[in-house]
Amino acid sequence: MQAFLKGGTSGPSKDKAVSSDSSSSSKAKIIPWVEKYRPKTVEDVAHQDEVVAVLKKSLEGSDLPNLLFYGPPGTGKTSTILAAARQLFGPELYRERVLELNASDERGISVIREKVKKFAQLTAGRARPDGKPCPPFKIIVLDEADSMTKDAQSALRRTMERETKTTRFCLICNYVSRIIEPITSRCAKFRFKPLDDDILTSRLKAICEGEGVDIDDKAVATVLKSSEGDMRKAIMFLQSASRLCGKDSTVSSDIILDIAGVVPGERLEQLIATCSSDSYEDLDVAIREVIMDGFAASQVLSQLHDNIVINESLSDKQKSIICEKMAEVDKSLMDGADEYLQLMALFSTIMTQICHGN
Amino acid sequence: MSLWVDKYRPTTLGKLDYHKEQAAHLRKLVEGGDFPHLLVYGPSGAGKKTRIMCTLRELYGPGVEKLRIEQSQFTTPSNKKLEISTISSNYHIEVNPSDVGHNDRVVIQELIKNVAQVNQLDTSTQKNFKVVVLTEVDRLSKEAQHALRRTMEKYMATCRLILCCNSTSKVIPAIRSRCLGLRVAAPSVDEICQILTTVCKKEGLTLPREMAEKVAEKSGRNLRRALLMCEACRVQQYPFNPERDVSEPDWEIYLRETATLIAQQQSPKRLLEVRGRLYELLTHCIPPDVIMKGLLKELLQVCDGQMKAEVVHNAAYYEHRLQQGQKAIYHLEAFVAKFMAIYKRFLEEGIADIF
Ligand SMILES: Nc1ncnc2c1ncn2[C@@H]1O[C@H](COP(=O)(O)OP(=O)(O)OP(=O)(O)O)[C@@H](O)[C@H]1O
Ligand SMILES: Nc1ncnc2c1ncn2[C@@H]1O[C@H](COP(=O)(O)OP(=O)(O)OP(=O)(O)O)[C@@H](O)[C@H]1O
Ligand SMILES: [Mg+2]
Ligand SMILES: [Mg+2]
Repeated sequence: MQAFLKGGTSGPSKDKAVSSDSSSSSKAKIIPWVEKYRPKTVEDVAHQDEVVAVLKKSLEGSDLPNLLFYGPPGTGKTSTILAAARQLFGPELYRERVLELNASDERGISVIREKVKKFAQLTAGRARPDGKPCPPFKIIVLDEADSMTKDAQSALRRTMERETKTTRFCLICNYVSRIIEPITSRCAKFRFKPLDDDILTSRLKAICEGEGVDIDDKAVATVLKSSEGDMRKAIMFLQSASRLCGKDSTVSSDIILDIAGVVPGERLEQLIATCSSDSYEDLDVAIREVIMDGFAASQVLSQLHDNIVINESLSDKQKSIICEKMAEVDKSLMDGADEYLQLMALFSTIMTQICHGN
Repeated sequence: MSLWVDKYRPTTLGKLDYHKEQAAHLRKLVEGGDFPHLLVYGPSGAGKKTRIMCTLRELYGPGVEKLRIEQSQFTTPSNKKLEISTISSNYHIEVNPSDVGHNDRVVIQELIKNVAQVNQLDTSTQKNFKVVVLTEVDRLSKEAQHALRRTMEKYMATCRLILCCNSTSKVIPAIRSRCLGLRVAAPSVDEICQILTTVCKKEGLTLPREMAEKVAEKSGRNLRRALLMCEACRVQQYPFNPERDVSEPDWEIYLRETATLIAQQQSPKRLLEVRGRLYELLTHCIPPDVIMKGLLKELLQVCDGQMKAEVVHNAAYYEHRLQQGQKAIYHLEAFVAKFMAIYKRFLEEGIADIF
């Protein structure tokens, strides 16, 4: 037992989590915190209780369904399955039993048919080299499955059906709507929720303690607000801010705001105030400035939305007109439309509503 | 003889003459050792590329300035050969994946794998990673962006990415989540004046304050454009004459005249004439969104309050369609026709009001 703990999951897996081909442990010191604090075990995964419960059962020996993880970035999808696989199979069997294919690998139909099929057909025993029992199947992880073509997904569906005895699939994606129905219906679906503030706070505090970072409560609150439940972002903000401050000073809220690319509150207020002036010339100047200062239109949009929704000087009807325009602008921006024109269109809608809407 | 924009490009973080605080931040990031992936964004000519090169120099020393320009070959799964030019040193490689259009995914996939797997590691620099610089990432296809996601995590130990773009709006959230964002604001008019003055001093020229201001204003806070304009003025006339107008590019004048034609008369005949001019601009490689914005700016001047809103909406609408469509001319022309209709209606209503 002692030997297992020592040679087992947590030691070598640390490096593997970072890269499949680096092995020197002296490098582990300077890996970014996002990787350093990637959950090593299923229990380590915060906030995703349902899936953790299912995986824990399978660690205790019960069967595992095919899995589909979906949810926004930085909520633990990839970490969860990698940790589970490592715990199930241990470090020696990991390579033999787990196939990870992500969007950067070739995943056309032919690959799904051949590589996946070949891997799935290998037989799998019930014991690990260290004598511990392990489940008699292999796991194929298809990360970023939402970028697979429909054809490749259909091919996958047939493979999934054929290999149920020996192989479990775990599909991971941000947008579940991009996965075809025959596949979603064959998987146990788990939605990964954005992490809530309490959990993020306690994790961040723990990291601060581990790394000797001084941070005030206001700055923590700012990290939470600007990372929107994305733990990866939160950790990244924290680390960068602590680097920028240096060892001896306290991480402040302003630094976080700067790193996060947030449009300063006064700036946004000022834009809205310009709308009440009913002057196109002023609006034009203000928007050009925002763009020249490098703020992304999508960022302006998301902050503006928060503001408009709770803005008390606007009637419900005005809000709904503005929000509808926002949706249109958001879509257009995603399609590659020009930022200046889209922002002008949006803010002139607000101007019309404020100055002439009933 | 190289142009001023190249000759006076700062090469170290310490020499960057504006956003100094940001430069100091970058230095601390490098010192920290655990350098993150970066997403550098800001308007054109703001100095993003310059800042990136200075950061690389801070990471690796002067060796990064020994650049090789090469043609790299990649093969798509369907066996098509792709060629793309790369700029590299022993420590980094820079590529603009959108050069190969919708095959950008293949390039990213192969390139990063190659870089990450060939463990070079020069012990003298104490860095155990190489850097891949990808430019214009806002033009990457969605497939290519997806392909970056896990790759960025998987090869983190041996490879860092610096992504460069004008705006993060078109970068998918999963990528934004993996990078430290670095916003590079365009330098202010004052800062541009300063730089122009210093550059001229180094050239042994005196630049009158008025002249510097004029150029800086005209440049629209684009430092590259300001330097180019200033050098052009120098070629035309020295000593500088602040009275003289800073010359504008011909196409800007042509575009303004086109707008005037639209405002003067609204008829099918005029539309046809305007179309010819739009074609002319497009064949001279003026980007369609620039044409649209230029027209809008001029046309708004002849509109009154409420009509401005309508015109702005239509410009935004047709420019969006233009980005999705095949041929820019259709959408530009549609906008012009729409404007003519709106404007004519307005004029007629005005006349009706008088009687
Ligand atoms: N639920 C969680 N518990 C603990 N740490 C987490 C959790 N979610 C995210 N993290 C942290 O964020 C990092 C990224 O998480 P992970 O790679 O699992 O995200 P993901 O959900 O796969 O995101 P993406 O959709 O962008 O691939 C981890 O290395 C870890 O530090
Ligand atoms: N800090 C600086 N001090 C002086 N000159 C600078 C500085 N930064 C940039 N420049 C000058 O401005 C020019 C444009 O900078 P750069 O190429 O970095 O812009 P960019 O943001 O990458 O633009 P684009 O998005 O159009 O590629 C450079 O040629 C350089 O001469
Ligand atoms: Mg993931
Ligand atoms: Mg550039």
